[in-house]
Amino acid sequence: MSKERKHTPSDDNEILAGVLEGDTNILDSLYKANFPMIARLIINNGGDIDDAKDIFQESIIILYDKLCGGDFALNSKLKTFLYSVCRNLWLKKLTKKGIYTRIDDFEEKILVEDDIDTHKERDRQFSMMEDALKKLGEPCKTIIEDFYIRNLTMQDICEKFGYTNTDNAKNQKYKCLQRLKKLYFG
Amino acid sequence: MKSERDFLDQSEAYLRGEMNALEKKVFEDHLVNDPEARRKFDEHEIFIGNMKSYGARTDLRHKLEAIHETINIEEVVPKKPLIVRLWDKYKINSLVAASVALLAVFTTLWLTGFYSKDNTSQYIALRRDMNSIRQNVKAQNALIKDINKGKNDAGTPSHYGATGFALSSNGYVMTTYHVIKDADSVYLQNYTGNSYKAKVIYTDPTYDIAVLEIIDKDFKEVGNLPYTFKQNAADIGEDVYTIGFPREEAVYGRGYLSSNTGYSGDTIAYQVSIPVNPGNSGGPVLDNRGNIIGVINSKQTETDGAAFAIKSNYVLEALASIPEDSLEKKLTLNKKNTLANLSRTEQIKKVQEYIYMIKVY
Repeated sequence: MSKERKHTPSDDNEILAGVLEGDTNILDSLYKANFPMIARLIINNGGDIDDAKDIFQESIIILYDKLCGGDFALNSKLKTFLYSVCRNLWLKKLTKKGIYTRIDDFEEKILVEDDIDTHKERDRQFSMMEDALKKLGEPCKTIIEDFYIRNLTMQDICEKFGYTNTDNAKNQKYKCLQRLKKLYFG
Repeated sequence: MKSERDFLDQSEAYLRGEMNALEKKVFEDHLVNDPEARRKFDEHEIFIGNMKSYGARTDLRHKLEAIHETINIEEVVPKKPLIVRLWDKYKINSLVAASVALLAVFTTLWLTGFYSKDNTSQYIALRRDMNSIRQNVKAQNALIKDINKGKNDAGTPSHYGATGFALSSNGYVMTTYHVIKDADSVYLQNYTGNSYKAKVIYTDPTYDIAVLEIIDKDFKEVGNLPYTFKQNAADIGEDVYTIGFPREEAVYGRGYLSSNTGYSGDTIAYQVSIPVNPGNSGGPVLDNRGNIIGVINSKQTETDGAAFAIKSNYVLEALASIPEDSLEKKLTLNKKNTLANLSRTEQIKKVQEYIYMIKVY
């Protein structure tokens, strides 16, 4: 998707669907089409390229979360939406650093709902999950991830880890799950 | 324990859609009939959901990270103008260079003594410092003692010598402030060699003016003064002369008024071109007709013929501001000039009588 081509709403919808599916090609073109704009925004307002990267990726994840929520309707161009989200995120970050500034806009922006708090809460849950999985250790971590996240069958897992039969593997997986729950909720 | 594991396995199989219709029906019935099982199923479903979205999130992050790796940062970063980029690059260098340059400039100035010279270095007040002479005097005394043992010691020489002139016949004498500013006692010596004790009755440091009064019993009134003060400004080019005591003898010096302002534009003084030396300070500057147009107070070193004299109108101004209370006798300035038609030598003869050598101890 070249930048020169005129954007149509259907293009944006296509991209949104791609993001929801995690389509690497669409993510790639989305990234390349929008990152320079965000980089300009951040760098011209006191940040560096790493800040730009963090903020931009954060905005895509917010977009993804909204899409997962299901009731998201894009009422502007996707570019404008991303710009506005990044702008808000960056202002929040600057405020946290104690820098109060205004951002000179050269891009169109819209008011985006301020649901960064719910986003933060999700982040917190995910980092709890990440911690729990880390503490779980191997091979439990991989077994759990393979089964629940990568949707492998018990058969596959049995072969991968060299269990003599599926029942052993299932037993192992069950124990791992119980421990993970303990770590996560405890 | 076993049953719980089986239940979870069944739940997962149900959620993953791995059950056939019959199994599904049985499981759903079980959930409906057993609220405890229902709760456990829901809980498990949510937990698995969480894990899945966590997985998806992590996956997305990794993908974005991978995409970011492929981006050419150079192209993305907004190009700053050349000047800004150069500045960013050489900021530290230029700061260091600037500091070194400043340091070098000031060190050089300091080393060459720019700061040690003050502004008035070319300006000296014309009082005679006897301390330098004292060495010579001592040597001479020693010599005399050798030749003529038993003779009295010459006495302590004065610290400063300068010139003063009578303001009135009853013993008021005018000189410059810098001469008497740290005086313990002041003595005046007239042309005949008589010495009188005097006290300072008025000083004006801004105009460099001081008025003394002779308080010695032996002092007799000097009769009418021959000279007057010139009320208005004198003209450049006017022929002027002064009499002073740069040494133990009265010295006549003549010249002309060369400028209407004094050292570095000082409007209080005239510049006069008269050869003057330390000791001339306080000497009157007279014009052809015997009017005092100023009082010698300083000269500029390193410049030939640049002596400065306080203008007579400032002198008069200062005299007028002397409080009555501080005067024991009346200070009446002479109004009648008796020098006007005399030749220079005659003038000098007359004026000389009213000029004193001032010794400050």
